Amino acid sequence: MTTLTDPPQESFRLSQLIYDTRYRSMTIQIVALIGFLLLLGWLFNNTAQNLADLGKEPSFRFLGEPAGYDINQRLLEYNSQDTHLRAAFVGLLNTLVVAVLGCITATFLGVAIGVLRLSNNWVISKLMMIYVETFRNVPVLLWIVFTMAIMIETMPAPRAFKGDNPAAQMMMNDSVAVTNRGVYIPEPLFSNTLGDVHLFGAASMRFDVSLDLLALMLVLGASLWGANWFRKRADKIQEVTGDRPKTWHVRLGLIVVPTAILLYILGFHLGYPELKGFNFKGGTHFRNSLIALWLALSLYTAAFIAEIVRAGILAIDHGQSEAAAALGLRPKRIMNLVILPQALRVIIPPMISNYLNLTKNSSLAIAVGYMDLTGTLMGITLNQTGRELETVLLTMAIYLLISLSISAVMNVYNNSVKMVER
Amino acid sequence: MKKTVLLGALTVAGLAAGAAAAGTLDDVKARGTLNCGVTTGLVGFAAPDANGEWAGFDVSVCRAVAAAVLGDSKAVEFVPTTGKTRFTALASGEIDVLARNTTWTYSRDVDLKFEFIGVNYYDGQGFMVPKDLGVSSAKELDGATVCIQTGTTTELNLADFFRANNISYEPVPIETNAEAQQQYLAGACDVYTTDASGLAATRATFDDPAGHVLLPEIISKEPLGPLVRHGDHEWGDVVRWTLNALVSAEELGVTSANIGEMSAGTNNPEINRLLGTEGTLGEMMGLDAGWAKSAIMAGGNYGEIFAKNIGEETPVGLARGLNAQWTNGGLLYSPPFR
Repeated sequence: MTTLTDPPQESFRLSQLIYDTRYRSMTIQIVALIGFLLLLGWLFNNTAQNLADLGKEPSFRFLGEPAGYDINQRLLEYNSQDTHLRAAFVGLLNTLVVAVLGCITATFLGVAIGVLRLSNNWVISKLMMIYVETFRNVPVLLWIVFTMAIMIETMPAPRAFKGDNPAAQMMMNDSVAVTNRGVYIPEPLFSNTLGDVHLFGAASMRFDVSLDLLALMLVLGASLWGANWFRKRADKIQEVTGDRPKTWHVRLGLIVVPTAILLYILGFHLGYPELKGFNFKGGTHFRNSLIALWLALSLYTAAFIAEIVRAGILAIDHGQSEAAAALGLRPKRIMNLVILPQALRVIIPPMISNYLNLTKNSSLAIAVGYMDLTGTLMGITLNQTGRELETVLLTMAIYLLISLSISAVMNVYNNSVKMVER
Repeated sequence: MKKTVLLGALTVAGLAAGAAAAGTLDDVKARGTLNCGVTTGLVGFAAPDANGEWAGFDVSVCRAVAAAVLGDSKAVEFVPTTGKTRFTALASGEIDVLARNTTWTYSRDVDLKFEFIGVNYYDGQGFMVPKDLGVSSAKELDGATVCIQTGTTTELNLADFFRANNISYEPVPIETNAEAQQQYLAGACDVYTTDASGLAATRATFDDPAGHVLLPEIISKEPLGPLVRHGDHEWGDVVRWTLNALVSAEELGVTSANIGEMSAGTNNPEINRLLGTEGTLGEMMGLDAGWAKSAIMAGGNYGEIFAKNIGEETPVGLARGLNAQWTNGGLLYSPPFR
């Protein structure tokens, strides 16, 4: 009888790190990591050294100093005595505005065009093909500059609205003015306003919240919730009795009446733009830089989205629509109820990339003088303070943050429409 | 262990190589061309002519420096820069000298670490409006839309001016003079503001220059001059004294017409020192004795350059004004060559 003994414990030798396959991969990885860290360290050191040689040690103190320049489009109150940080903040909001507007418009346009491109109507599908190919194959910068140039050169200047016999007229009952400086439309005003809440005191990131808007959103939210509750109640009654009570008039009333009452209490009225002095005063001013950027980015990205939508729809087996048709569904309902919900699973991941692209492309704003983040922080602030490294790093960090947020939100949505696997 | 030492040594070597920088003068000589930053196009100051050759008042500074250092006024690589890109281009070493009507300010000199080597044009910020707007003073511009080049001192002055006078305006930020011109002519902005010389130069290119007026207010001092990187004093000296040579040449009566005869030797010792027939001024800077002669021959003395590019005989039509020699009541004053 033999006794089983453990094999003798092999002592660890240094050469095993290279010759023993159990350890080799680990060694290689650690060496690679050290090399990478050294490279990073060298880059960092070299930059710091060179900046020190120039006498420009990295410092973010400039963010607290007065900016000294004005910004035309500001969603927050801002003047030239505010800090560079506030200017960057105003620019960031401008970036977000154009990105959000652009993403929404591009989605609607893109889905419509993508579906229409698959139309059986030869003319429509070819027209959509031409649209997609022209917009996709010309750089977006050219579209932005082109849109801007068209608006500047073809629209009348505010001066043309002057005089007894003006060369240009306001539209829609004298409420909308289209000029080569942008479009002026009526703005909502409240005569019994609730005022604003000032957050963060006098700091650079101070923020005013309009109580009117807050109240409106609350009331509207409550009404929508009420209307939803009413619909569910109708569903229950239908289940029990088989009769569905008429709901639309109550639901409409639930949504419209409270809001209308609130608007009346607040003294809602419209402020019309009026020509005073050099420009139109009053009303909401959509600057042509914003319009040009928004239009160009939307039209350009819509071409890509259209292709994604088309690919998504084509990815759904033809049998699906045949089966739906066999059940007696009309083509529009087949598209909405059968094809698109399935296609979304294919569509959404590449769509996320396009939203990111649109947001990043909005940094081309400077070509038309739209004061977004690249115009303020990475444009004028960089120039006035000479802090290239700091501003560029900061801008990169902010764009990274925006992109990651968009991606995160879209991924949540993607998970919600993903096929549920059992 | 050995490996770590090797990598460490490599890192140190890399650092040393990154930190060491040769003098710009040697770089330019070795390269054989001067990299000179200019505007993207402002007629009279820096713009390519019909043959694609850069010409203008600021361009002449580049050509004079190239002639002084390399003996060839054509050995210049012109790098067009915008108001925004100019300082980065200079700080990063992409250009050796920036001659782009740039205002000498405290923070650019001290904080941005540049060295202004002199003033080649004493200017001030002005406003241009179409005549039919009926505006006669900048103080009447309340509510006006103003086209302004971003990243300039004029942008800051503009904000200060309107703030100080308690009137409002709508800034339209643009990148280059050409864009400003397009927007201004289309009426997308009521007013164009920049240095008065720039306005005059821009107006000169209009189809109807008489339809536009420059308002009387000059709201700032804008001493415009070439600049180099801070810290390279030898190179700073070369550019500074090249500009001074052009100014001195006018004062001493040395022109491109008579320079040949004068460089044979005159009875004025300062002219002799300037033109290298007496003393060793060129050698002190590391240049040959005829450096100033080459610089002056590149485009003439200061007065000739002014008259040829932006003077009253040209479409730009600027009077000498502050830019006359000190002997004629102006501010131009070169330190002596001795």
